[in-house]
Amino acid sequence: MELLAQQLINGLFIGSVYGLFAVGYTLVFGVLDILNLAHPAIFTLGGLVALWLVEGAHFSIWAAFPSAVLFAGLLGLILDRIAFFPIRRRADSNFSGLISSIAMAILFESAAFALFGARTVRFPANTVTNRVWQVAGVTITSLQVEIVLTAILFMVGLTQLLKRTRVGKAIRAVAENDRAARLLGIHVDRIIAFTFFLSSAMGGAAGILFGLYFDALSPDMGRSIEIKGLAVIILGGMGSIPGAILGGLAFGLTEVLTVAITGTSNLRDAVAFTMLFAILIFRPSGFLGRRSMREA
Amino acid sequence: MLEVVDLTVAYGPVEAVRDLSFKVRKGSVVTLIGPNGAGKTTTLNALSGLLPVRDGKILLRGRDITRMGSHRRVSEGIVQVPEGRQVLAGMTVHENLELGGYRRPQAEVGADIARMEERFPILGERRHALAGTLSGGEQQMLAIARGLMALPRLLLLDEPSLGLAPKLVQEIFRIVRELRDNGQTILLVEQNARQALAVSNYAYVMESGKVVLEGPAEDLRSDPAVIRTYLGQPTGRS
Repeated sequence: MELLAQQLINGLFIGSVYGLFAVGYTLVFGVLDILNLAHPAIFTLGGLVALWLVEGAHFSIWAAFPSAVLFAGLLGLILDRIAFFPIRRRADSNFSGLISSIAMAILFESAAFALFGARTVRFPANTVTNRVWQVAGVTITSLQVEIVLTAILFMVGLTQLLKRTRVGKAIRAVAENDRAARLLGIHVDRIIAFTFFLSSAMGGAAGILFGLYFDALSPDMGRSIEIKGLAVIILGGMGSIPGAILGGLAFGLTEVLTVAITGTSNLRDAVAFTMLFAILIFRPSGFLGRRSMREA
Repeated sequence: MLEVVDLTVAYGPVEAVRDLSFKVRKGSVVTLIGPNGAGKTTTLNALSGLLPVRDGKILLRGRDITRMGSHRRVSEGIVQVPEGRQVLAGMTVHENLELGGYRRPQAEVGADIARMEERFPILGERRHALAGTLSGGEQQMLAIARGLMALPRLLLLDEPSLGLAPKLVQEIFRIVRELRDNGQTILLVEQNARQALAVSNYAYVMESGKVVLEGPAEDLRSDPAVIRTYLGQPTGRS
């Protein structure tokens, strides 16, 4: 019973990181109807740059984290400018955008290899002071709490931004109808660039949290989360922010529960993706899909 | 207010509008009438900056805005209420109105929304409803109110009565008349030529991307060619 509770807690922590990654992923999809396949590479670079800032530049993690998040956001601006902006007005921009985002993913990944090498690296041992608490037989570390709080902060922040601010409403307007948005005087290209900034900043943040949580970073760590992130946003409903959060938690919980129940990690991915498969068959629009709403 | 000189707009090799020239004077209502495919909506979209101009000039208050970005044209006062309303269906009525005033100081927008809600009470009643849940007539009112939120110098209305029940068509034209009487400059595109001519000062008849006839709206209403082609059926919508 305690083991199960422990696994649920662990699932919650890793699920919040998946959620954070997926929220950024789904944000761009919601606005542009384009899958940005360079998102995992930005996730990786966010983590590696934070590590470099801590190790090479001797930043504390509290300074390195926001700096690396900002850096990831700037990468998003570059990504939009190179991979998406030039082809935006073309009729087939959804498909060509997908391809050029793959190209950017390869570029970013190569840069990560060149700059940080192909090995697995980790944050120095004293990066975060890690206290350990025992609560009713369940072990919780302060790092885990910080990770889940940071992820929640970002997700709540984004939701509120979209709901309440002028720029957030402009993003929603562009997502819904970019033509109408232009007639309202919204500078659509700038709003899209800002969307990429937000999305990539969140992807980078997820990469840092992921690196801290698993105590391992490598230039190909984006691979492990790439397909999971896709699964999470399909699970939650493509383009839905709350869906991505829910999907992330559901995916994290499924993973750890599979390990807990089967006693081995061999089946972890199999069960998680079987769940995805089932969702695609029985509820193709996901938990909170808005496709149907959009087409209405 | 607006002067269009030898405007040519093309979709690839197809010229939808060719060497089109017309004027809209301050405080007047000018209407473009003509059959489907005559280039009326294309003209409005070129004025709004949604379509690139191949040749010719667009002058607003004497200033060349031919290459200006669509967002800046809204600041300059060219505001379009597009065909098919194009309200943001997934956002509330209130949010739609807020976005109408997107380029204005946000402090002014709140007070103006209150004014709009007074003028169109239904929009006040349905403030928190999603715009997509409004009826067609209500959506058209929202689209017009949203356009007015931008404080247009020149309001472009594209087929405001399209797809509405006759009673609502009357209501929309009553609003257009009211705007005209308040001094709003309007460029109107309508298939309902009879009603459009009734509210307008001046009219241009377009065919295949060109002006084939123009004159004071009064005169066109009694022009035999116009009557035969556009006013033949009592409803005006063929």
